[in-house]
Amino acid sequence: MRRRYRFSKEDLELLLIALPTVVWYILFCYLPMFGIIIAFKQFRPLPDAGFIMSLIKSEFVGFDNFKFLFATPDAWIIFRNTLAYNAVFIVLDIVIPVALAIMISQLHSQKLAKVCQTAMFLPHFLSWVVVSYFVFAFLSVDKGLLNQLYKALGWESVEWYMQPRYWPYILTFLHLWKGMGYGMVVYLASISGIDISLYEAALIDGSTKWQQVKYITLPMLKPIITIMFILSIGHIFTTDFGLFYNIPRNSGPLINVTQTIDVYVYKALMGMNNIGFSSAAAFLQSIFGFITITTANWIVRKIDPNSSLF
Amino acid sequence: MAKDNLFSSGITRFNRISTPVNILFSLIFISLALIAVIPVIFVIIISFSSAESIQRIGYSFFPQEWSIDAYVYLWNLRDVIGRSFLVSVGITIVGTVIGLFLNSTMGYVLSRKNFVLRNFFTKLIFIPMLFSGGLVSSYLINTQVLKLGNTYWALILPMAVSSFYIIVLRTFFQTTVPDSLIESAKIDGASQFTIYFKIVVPISLPALATIGLFLSFAYWNSWFLAMLYIQSTHQHMYPLQYVLMSIERNLQFLTQNSQFMIPEEALRRLPAESVRMAIVVIVVVPITLAYPFFQKYFISGLTIGAIKG
Repeated sequence: MRRRYRFSKEDLELLLIALPTVVWYILFCYLPMFGIIIAFKQFRPLPDAGFIMSLIKSEFVGFDNFKFLFATPDAWIIFRNTLAYNAVFIVLDIVIPVALAIMISQLHSQKLAKVCQTAMFLPHFLSWVVVSYFVFAFLSVDKGLLNQLYKALGWESVEWYMQPRYWPYILTFLHLWKGMGYGMVVYLASISGIDISLYEAALIDGSTKWQQVKYITLPMLKPIITIMFILSIGHIFTTDFGLFYNIPRNSGPLINVTQTIDVYVYKALMGMNNIGFSSAAAFLQSIFGFITITTANWIVRKIDPNSSLF
Repeated sequence: MAKDNLFSSGITRFNRISTPVNILFSLIFISLALIAVIPVIFVIIISFSSAESIQRIGYSFFPQEWSIDAYVYLWNLRDVIGRSFLVSVGITIVGTVIGLFLNSTMGYVLSRKNFVLRNFFTKLIFIPMLFSGGLVSSYLINTQVLKLGNTYWALILPMAVSSFYIIVLRTFFQTTVPDSLIESAKIDGASQFTIYFKIVVPISLPALATIGLFLSFAYWNSWFLAMLYIQSTHQHMYPLQYVLMSIERNLQFLTQNSQFMIPEEALRRLPAESVRMAIVVIVVVPITLAYPFFQKYFISGLTIGAIKG
C-alpha cells in the first residue's frame, strides 16, 4: 500500500515557521543557480523587459564566453594563482596550527597559555580592510616601518607594492597570521579530549615526550586532521577575496601574483563591465567547486563514514 | 578518589616538558601573541602621532611628537563619520536579529523528527553548501530582480542565513531540548509557534548567543556587500568598514560629504595619515575590547559545529 502523508495542523505550523527562511533560500540561493546559464548567453539588459526576460531573450552563444576568456592570458594566471595559493595554504593550515596546538598544550603555565591564545585569536576578528592598513603601516614606501628600518641599517629601501616577488610570501604570512589562533583552538579542543591515561601508560613504559606526540597525540588527531584537509580540498577553487583584493591595494605590477578567480570575477563584472568573462569564470568556479567538494566527501566516506559531511 | 587524583597530578607533573623547552615554547608563544597584537598598538600610536612627526620619521612606534589632531579632525567631521558608525551599528543589530530569527526557526523545524517536509527542507538547505550560482548571477539577481541596489537590505539580507548556522542550531535543539517537554506542551494544547517562542528560545539562549555573536562580528566587519551594492552616489549609506576602504587613496570622501563648513586652512593642514589610522582605531577598538569576553562562546560554537548532524 502506498504510504500516504497526512498533512497535520502541526506540519502546517512548522511549515509556516520555516517559511521565511525557505523564501530566503529561494531568492538568494536558488534563483542565482538558474542565473548561471548567463555564462552561455550574450547578455544584454533589454530596456523594458525585466532581468529574467532579458536573460531568456539574450542570444545563446554556446561556449563563446569561455573561448574568449581562455584567449586572454588572465585565464591561466587566475587559475594558477588560485590553485597554487590554496595548495600552500592547505598544507600550512594543518602543519602550523597542529604544531602550535601541541606546543601550547605543553606549557607549564596555564595562565600564559590562555593569555597567548586570546591574543593570537585577535586577528581572526579583524576585517581584511583593517589588516590592509596594518600592512601599509609596515610596507609603505616612504613612511613604512620596514623601509625606515632599512634606512637606519643603511640598506636601500624597497618599493614593496611594486615588487611581485615578495608577495607570495607576504600573502601566505598574512593568511597564516589571521588564521593561526582559530586553527589552534580547533585542534586544541581535540587534544584536550584525549584520555590522559594513555599518556600515563606511555610514561610508565618509559616513552619520551616526542614519542608520546608521535604515537598518541598525532594518531588521536588523525580523524579531525583528515576532515579539515579534505574540506579544504573541497574549497580549492575559492579564495579569500579580501586577502587578494584589499591587501595588495590593487597595485598593477602585482596582478600576476595576486589576482585569483574571485578577484578577477569581481573586477571583470564591476570594473571592465564584462559580464561574459566574469560569468564564464564564475561558472567554472561553481562547477569545479561542486566537483571537488563532492569528490572530497566521497573520499572521506570511504575512509571514515562518520566523518563525511553528507 | 583523592589518592587517585594525587597520583594523576603527580604523574602529570612528572610528564611535563623540561624547563629549558618550556622556556623556549613560552618565548615562541609570547612572540606569536605580540605579532598578533602589535599591529593594533602600532596603528593606535600612528593615529596619535603629529603630521610633522610622520612627515619627518615616517610611521614609528616612538613618534617625535604626539597629537590628537586626527581625532579633532574626525570630530569636526562627526556628521559623516558618526553617520557611518550608525550605519555599521544599525546593520549589525538588525542583521543579527533577522539572522537569528531566520536561522533558528529553520533549525527548530529541522529538529522536529516527525515533520513531513523535514527531508525536503534538509536538502533545501544542503544543496547551496555544495553549489552556488556564483557572484555574477547573485549580483544580477539581487540588483535587477530583487532591486536591492542602494538599499540597506542589500547590506543585511544576503548574509543573514547560513546553512552552517542552521545545522549547528538544529544539532543543539536536538540534543538539549527534551522531546518530552515539547510533547507535554502539545498535549496542553500549545501551538508550534508558542512552543518555539515560549519554550525552545528561552532554554536555548546559550546557542543563540553563540550564533548571534558570529553574526554580529560578521556584520560589523562586512564591507563586500557595500562595495557591490551601494554606489558612490549613495555614500551616506556606507558602513564604517567601507568608508575605510574608500579613503585608501584620498580623503575626499570625508570632506565632500560633510555638511559642516571646513575652513580652507584646516583642509590644507589635514593630517591625512593619522586620520586614516584614527578611523582604523574606531573600527578595531570595539572588537578588541569585546572579543576576549566572548571568546568562550566562539570556542563552544566551534565545538558544537564539529558534531555531525
